[in-house]
Amino acid sequence: MNKNSNTYQILYAAVMVLLVGTVLAFIYMALKPKQNENIANDTRKQILSALHIGADDDAKIKETYEKYIIQDLLVDLEGNIVDSAQNVAFDVPMKKNVKLPKEERLLPVMKCKLDDGSIKYVLPVYGAGLWGPIWGYIAVNADGNSIYGANFSHEGETPGLGARITEQAFQDLFVDKHLFVEGEFKSVAVLKKGQKTTNGAEQIDALTGATITSRGVSDMMADCLAPYEAFLKKLGGDGGAQCTADAVESETNDNQPE
Amino acid sequence: MLSKKNKEAFFNPLSKDNPVLVQILGICSALAVTASLEPAIVMGISVIAVLAFSNVIISFLRKTVPTNIRIIVQLVVVAALVIIVQQILIAYNYDVSKKLSVFIGLIITNCILMGRLEAFAMHNSPWPSFLDGIGNGLGYTIVLLIVAFFRELLGSGTLFGYHVIPQWCYEHGYMDNGLMILPPMALITVGCIIWVHRSRNKELQEN
Repeated sequence: MNKNSNTYQILYAAVMVLLVGTVLAFIYMALKPKQNENIANDTRKQILSALHIGADDDAKIKETYEKYIIQDLLVDLEGNIVDSAQNVAFDVPMKKNVKLPKEERLLPVMKCKLDDGSIKYVLPVYGAGLWGPIWGYIAVNADGNSIYGANFSHEGETPGLGARITEQAFQDLFVDKHLFVEGEFKSVAVLKKGQKTTNGAEQIDALTGATITSRGVSDMMADCLAPYEAFLKKLGGDGGAQCTADAVESETNDNQPE
Repeated sequence: MLSKKNKEAFFNPLSKDNPVLVQILGICSALAVTASLEPAIVMGISVIAVLAFSNVIISFLRKTVPTNIRIIVQLVVVAALVIIVQQILIAYNYDVSKKLSVFIGLIITNCILMGRLEAFAMHNSPWPSFLDGIGNGLGYTIVLLIVAFFRELLGSGTLFGYHVIPQWCYEHGYMDNGLMILPPMALITVGCIIWVHRSRNKELQEN
């Protein structure tokens, strides 16, 4: 057969693509369960990291996670708990969730108990960076106002620029920031040095050279945390009407040495 | 099995015809994955595997491949192998696959791959092609490891994640050089290696 005839070339390409496609599909199916487990463990690691719990031993992540995360909750816009089945918050697909209007969203909360007995609430956030999705976990103290820890991840931000949101130094800037200012929910803004928030929210410095990723983090925090306003208020996040000296004092007592 | 020609196919790429040092191919990933040794090794092994198997497959197909679409055929083979490597990494070494992120996928565009397929596998039988693939992959990996060794040692004071620079050095004012972690130093390190390599191989020097 003539190697350069059109029929031969088209047939050759078609058969090759079919063969390669079949092989790849088979491999994908065979490895899927193992991959899903890795991804779930990675998520657990991120959640634990927001709580300042290091989990180096891969085999023990699940165990450690289950030790500290005592309850999974789904809450509604009024702050009522609507579901508390096992892993109900962990299994929420955040990517789909954030696309829904606020009223239809599932609002997952992971309730955690640390070694010293203090209670923290981990709230997942999900948004857009420059090149792809960014997401994170915000651990809020039991007062429903100050941030205990944060962890951010990304899919494809630029290494050395936007990808620096995964660095501990950046994540630590969020520690002890307040989501409520004078009893009103404000989230925490990420802004360039010198800029001021218009609504009075507390702010941290943006990453140099990563304007869009920094803005993404800021928007993601505001968008994903706002629906929790009622829930956080029930925890006393607005300072129970009087958020002055006492609240500040009790917060300082809450600060854990790292 | 190991005739003179086969030996050349295997040993030449290690030094005299090294893909990175002499042909200056695959520099992009050499910069990106060499901040520490572990991803460098995984990247090296991945490239060896993809290169060896794509060379063998293309060599088997070389008499049937229509000339007009040979580049497409080569790309499909390489892409399929790269996807397989990536899936295996996600399943069995998730952390490293996250560190290497896009660079495993970018093996497809690594010039070494297409270069060897076009220059060698299309004209040689499977066994020499296999040796050529392993040889070039090793040549690439060796350079990656040398660069990663210096960058990790001087940049983070560790090797394979273990601290090797003793604590008293830090106490006497030694500091890790953060610049070593950044991409420019990879380029400079590669430059230094090429310099040493050429000064020892007179026949490579250009006038």
